[in-house]
Amino acid sequence: MGGVIRRNWWLIPACLGLWSSGSDAVAQEVASITAATPVSTINASDTVWVLLATALVMLMTPGLAFFYGGLVRKKNILSILMQCFTVMCLISVQWVLVGYSLSFGPDLGGITGSLDWLGLKGVGMAPSSYAPTVPHQAFVLFQMMFAVITPGLIIGAFAERMKFAAFCLFSLLWATFVYDPVAHWIWGNGGFLGVLGGKGAVDFAGGMVVHINAGMAALAAAVFLGRRQGYPHAISPPHNLPFAALGASLLWFGWFGFNAGSALAANSVAVSAFMATHVAGAVAGITWIVLDWIKFGKPTILGMITGAVAGLAAVTPASGFVSISGAVWIAVGAGIICWIAVTFTKARFKYDDSLDAFGVHGIGGIWGSIAVGIWATKAVNPAGVDGLIYGNPAQLLIQLKAVAVTMVYSFVMSLLLFKFVDMVAGLRVSEHEERIGLDLTQHRESGYTVID
Amino acid sequence: MKYVIAVIQPDRLDEVLRRLTEKAIHLVTVSNVVGRGRQRGIAEVYRSHKEAGSLLKKVKLEIAVNNAFVKPAVDAIMEGARTGQVGDGKIFVLELPECIRISTGETGDGAIG
Repeated sequence: MGGVIRRNWWLIPACLGLWSSGSDAVAQEVASITAATPVSTINASDTVWVLLATALVMLMTPGLAFFYGGLVRKKNILSILMQCFTVMCLISVQWVLVGYSLSFGPDLGGITGSLDWLGLKGVGMAPSSYAPTVPHQAFVLFQMMFAVITPGLIIGAFAERMKFAAFCLFSLLWATFVYDPVAHWIWGNGGFLGVLGGKGAVDFAGGMVVHINAGMAALAAAVFLGRRQGYPHAISPPHNLPFAALGASLLWFGWFGFNAGSALAANSVAVSAFMATHVAGAVAGITWIVLDWIKFGKPTILGMITGAVAGLAAVTPASGFVSISGAVWIAVGAGIICWIAVTFTKARFKYDDSLDAFGVHGIGGIWGSIAVGIWATKAVNPAGVDGLIYGNPAQLLIQLKAVAVTMVYSFVMSLLLFKFVDMVAGLRVSEHEERIGLDLTQHRESGYTVID
Repeated sequence: MKYVIAVIQPDRLDEVLRRLTEKAIHLVTVSNVVGRGRQRGIAEVYRSHKEAGSLLKKVKLEIAVNNAFVKPAVDAIMEGARTGQVGDGKIFVLELPECIRISTGETGDGAIG
């Protein structure tokens, strides 16, 4: 996203330059206006697109709720819906109060944003440098939805066994101490990994910030919490695959806002990201069912939607930087690598990443964030970067380093936060509660009645 | 009085009900059940995780009949549910010591039907 911002900055002096070549009087007038009041650069089309994209990304969290909710057992459906809605409410408030300032506020040593924008102090309608053609608060809202869904993704790893209170505390701490700093490193002005004064790692819409970040936290959750009782043999199959397919559809739909919206303008980069996103979802879905078909003799709907989500996750960091063929290769890679992770790696190491948050989002995010260093091309986005096959192997190295930093930080910090929450609140429900299900024991509700 | 329990393939239910009606047998309770028999279940696969020997969906009918209606009931089920394939299901016929109609308090043969 950073690249687009810079590109639009170039346009402003260019426009002023055109005017001044016409007549000195006009030039002077423009100059005096510029000096007296900040030029209002708000573009209506861009603003509409960013607001629309914000609403699309918002829909992804309830979409995720149904995607995950369909995959758990009947007795835990409400706990998943509840957790997803809880991150939406909780992190929205956290974002306004402190999260946005920590992520995008004035830089402190490349590590974090300061607290200058606490409670959105001074963050109003005048555009920011992040998105120079839309009101600053539109950018805040758009980014809010990313901050919301990222801890939501982790739910897939600790599904069916985490205490609700512990979940709330963990999500709040994780957003503040993991999501916000990592977002700053990569997207914030002065962040030490990104393109706005950092090492130059690119992440168009959140391969590292969202998917690796959540995926590594998911792995930490699976390791720290341990397996569900009876895993893997005595765990019933997904209770409602139609819900999962509905959820995946909503995710896909929202992903257009996620990726194409990250252009932060209604421009050709947005269109290119939209195209890359859709193609990647389609190709990875096909890739996954082909593998299912070969290995198990039948293509599965769960495989199709899982593959599509893996492809969408993998193309996220690359969507505004790669051509259609780049997106295809990233999606084929995502389908194969994530399928192997879910099929063999999880079985081999016997961790219970219950709904494959690490296997799909973590692995997909890692692959995509590396792959952008291979297939990125300035032909698609002049403000972006060239990757390995376009003659810039250095970018691949930069991506690898940034991926490693994000992976280590998220995994270690998540483990520490799980440890802390376990000490103060207890992380896991009792064996008895786990057997009865979280819906009844955590929320005193049932998703389905048996009779009437 | 006898109590007839039949476990059949779900897609044969309509045909069985039609034939029961033809033989003037109206009292029937139907439920969705899962189970297994000689055919065993079809192994399901979820994200490459194989579920060994899953149970198959069946429909269970329970019919209380007076002795004269035992054979017609069994015949109706046989005709309606039979495809000749493994998995067609089973019929169990049990003794039924008592039957009471809740609305009127009638008991025995008169309460059935």
